[in-house]
Amino acid sequence: MSAAGRPGVGWWLLILPAFLLLVAFYIAPIVQVLAISVTEPEPGFGNYERILTSSAVQRVIFTTLRICIITTALALLLGYAIAYAITLARPVARGWWILAVLVPLWISVLVRAFAWVTLLRRQGLVNNALIGAGLIEEPLPLVWNEFGIVVGMVHYMVPFAVLPMLASMREIDPRLLAAARGLGASRGEVFRRVFLPLSMPGVIASGVLVFIFSLGFYITPAILGGGKTLMVAEWISLQILDLIRWGLGTMMATMLVVAILVTLAIFSRVVDLRRIFGAGA
Amino acid sequence: MNEAKGHALSLRGLSKKYGEFVAVSDVSLEVGRGEFLTLLGPSGSGKTTILMAVAGFVAPSAGAILLDGRDITPLPPEKRDFGMVFQGYALFPHMTVAENVTFPLRVRGMSRAERDAKVRGALDLVQLGAFADRLPKQLSGGQQQRVALARALVFDPALLLLDEPLSALDKKLRAELQEELKALHQRVGRTFVNVTHDQEEALSLSDRIAILNHGRLVQAGAPGELYERPRTRFVADFLGKSNFLDGMVHGATASGFALEAGAVRVAVRLPDGAAAPPEGARTLLSLRPEKVALLAEDEGAENIAEGRILSFAYLGAGFSLRVATEHLGEIRAVLPAWKAPIAPAEGLPVRLGWAADAAVPVLEDAA
Repeated sequence: MSAAGRPGVGWWLLILPAFLLLVAFYIAPIVQVLAISVTEPEPGFGNYERILTSSAVQRVIFTTLRICIITTALALLLGYAIAYAITLARPVARGWWILAVLVPLWISVLVRAFAWVTLLRRQGLVNNALIGAGLIEEPLPLVWNEFGIVVGMVHYMVPFAVLPMLASMREIDPRLLAAARGLGASRGEVFRRVFLPLSMPGVIASGVLVFIFSLGFYITPAILGGGKTLMVAEWISLQILDLIRWGLGTMMATMLVVAILVTLAIFSRVVDLRRIFGAGA
Repeated sequence: MNEAKGHALSLRGLSKKYGEFVAVSDVSLEVGRGEFLTLLGPSGSGKTTILMAVAGFVAPSAGAILLDGRDITPLPPEKRDFGMVFQGYALFPHMTVAENVTFPLRVRGMSRAERDAKVRGALDLVQLGAFADRLPKQLSGGQQQRVALARALVFDPALLLLDEPLSALDKKLRAELQEELKALHQRVGRTFVNVTHDQEEALSLSDRIAILNHGRLVQAGAPGELYERPRTRFVADFLGKSNFLDGMVHGATASGFALEAGAVRVAVRLPDGAAAPPEGARTLLSLRPEKVALLAEDEGAENIAEGRILSFAYLGAGFSLRVATEHLGEIRAVLPAWKAPIAPAEGLPVRLGWAADAAVPVLEDAA
């Protein structure tokens, strides 16, 4: 064969190691998970049937969706306010703001979850302060429930919400805002009619990112939920490690992957996903 | 021109400092009703800062801005009711052409029927009626510029402010839009304040030009007046090209004087009413290259300088020559090709001639 006919094969050989790595450590385990979910304890779709028949399975799914939606909404709201403040800040202040957003990202999620427990538990700082101030008689149930989970998750997710929105806001030409005011719009109208619509791609990107992260969140819900409020990831771990029900656990894991892919598929029609995850900007 | 529609703007002692840096220093300027005024200057001359202060985006450090005699200095931009065309146009990318033009009417709470009629009128004014539903990115640069104009004019603003409106366009389109802009000014009869660093644009568009340098107003006047009678060296150099002849005033009379430069004297005739500089004073003359003629062998002129051609460039319509003269240094001449008595060549000895009223005395600029 002539040299001109061969380069195709040569190029494929170059990416072969990466391909094998992906197959061995990524695709194969997922396929195996999928396989287990339709073979254990007996071949068939019995595990998937449980979604329709088992109220325990349904409760886990609905709890997870509810917590994820609330978390995403709160993280977007807080993140938007922070990103907006950073966008309008002077350069020096902007540097400090960004540092303040990033520092929590560098602290272990485990440490942060336990920090929240210390703050929110019955004899924690928050309850003691409220009782000391005479505002409440009995400690409020702030942790080991959905409230605690949402607090911890929002805290974790805010930086992930800020960064895509910040990128999107910084792309907005400040002259557009000046032009809008010059044309007679008040500050509020400039925000509503110009800034907000132009920052929407960032909001959607942040929403997708935070929602997908939240779906599979494990450590924070496990610690702040105290085993009483179960989310999908913890439930899967429970099925596989404690109850040795591999079929059910892998079924839920498969559903989680499907949910993430469906979310991505829907929003890839709305926004450019490559930009959200930083590729090919 | 519809004088009744325009408003008068005056700047009184306007200054703007950024820390130690003085961007605008004590500028006073009157803009008449329906006038097209251009603020002209190199970058960093403070022209954009002045425009932004008029628009309300920059708070002056000192001085006042008055519209029809009313002080508007403390008003925020949205309360001034001025139309503005930004550099790069600043069209809202998420709105169609029609939505962009409707924007100023919408924020004023105008009814839908009234809005639609006005938007149609404004788009027709700039001949973009057929493009109402396009997005800005689907338009060419020239079309975007016209949308920006329509948007700035649709709400009948007291004043139209233009920040380098043509700088983003290529040369040919720029010339076309210059004419359109001028025609538009005639049609709408409003007061226009334009900022540019392009002297050709300033000359062709404006009723009056204000020339700025280092944050100061150097000279203001009609284009012809500034070109023919520049007050300082900077004005003569920035507005068009100029030769400068340096020497001592000798034999001053009511109508003119002679400039003694080395071994030669240059005769200068002053226009009526212009005062001659004092006898013996050091003076600078500005001599426009197109007022310098290349003389045929037997031809005479009020002033003659002999020299050799250093270099020349053929410009199609004419020649541009650099001539080294013995006493007056290097002189540039621009002459129509059909009027050149000889074919230029490097090193060729030539005689240059110009009339006594061609050169005008100018002041050295204060540092």
